[in-house]
Amino acid sequence: MVPVSYYVALSAVLFTIGVVGVLTRRNAIIIFMSIELMLNSANLLFVAFSRILFDLGGQIFVFFVMTVAAAEVAVGLALIVIVFRTKKSINIDEVSSLKG
Amino acid sequence: MNPDLIVFFVLALVAVGTAVGMVLSRNAVYSALFLIMNFSTVAVFYLILGAPFIAMAQITVYAGAIMVLFLFVIMLLGAEHLSRSPLFDWQKPLAVVMGIILMAEAGYALFVRDHIPGIVHNISPEHASPQAIGMTLFNDYFLPFQITAVLLLAAMIGAIVITKKEKKGSRG
Repeated sequence: MVPVSYYVALSAVLFTIGVVGVLTRRNAIIIFMSIELMLNSANLLFVAFSRILFDLGGQIFVFFVMTVAAAEVAVGLALIVIVFRTKKSINIDEVSSLKG
Repeated sequence: MNPDLIVFFVLALVAVGTAVGMVLSRNAVYSALFLIMNFSTVAVFYLILGAPFIAMAQITVYAGAIMVLFLFVIMLLGAEHLSRSPLFDWQKPLAVVMGIILMAEAGYALFVRDHIPGIVHNISPEHASPQAIGMTLFNDYFLPFQITAVLLLAAMIGAIVITKKEKKGSRG
């Protein structure tokens, strides 16, 4: 019998940790992982409210978010590999120029 | 204090701890392993919330496939460690302060302005069984489901085309 507000609070904390990770870290891969963490906290909220409202739509939406995250990771990591190949670094401070 | 709350707080502690460890750890491989632990904990939350299908999808898709892809790329690039850049030294404390402000704002918006009702009660396991999920997915959400298939195909082709090595002389 856990109040749903506890899940909301946990989700907010996880989301904030993800935001701070994106803002503070300079490693492109870790920034990517922080984005995954934020998506995950939103998913947790979806499932919690789907449970409260007795509506399966929330869980279906989580399913779609997972698919989009998978597609995003595939393309994003390919981009990181390409950036590493041209710049020999994935420090995002060093890839500030658009032209390779 | 009832056992549900104790389980919730222990799991929440693990989830927040692994998330902080992911952000703070110097080695990208450790970060990825922390994140796998975090995803597994959230999967247990999904099980508690009565979403077994989503929990299993979380384990296989997130903790399995996506994080293996991350680890693979980290090890392929050999990018576990980064040299510290002297650029933007003021950015870190500013980011932490802004993160705290964001969390305070979220707390204000969620708990002070809007009262969230509801307690998670136990419900029948048939509510969100894989069968029920499948019925909803293929009846009410059939078009979005097919569009995700196109999206995954586009992502696959995109990743292959982006990472393909260019032949010498093909580009000026």
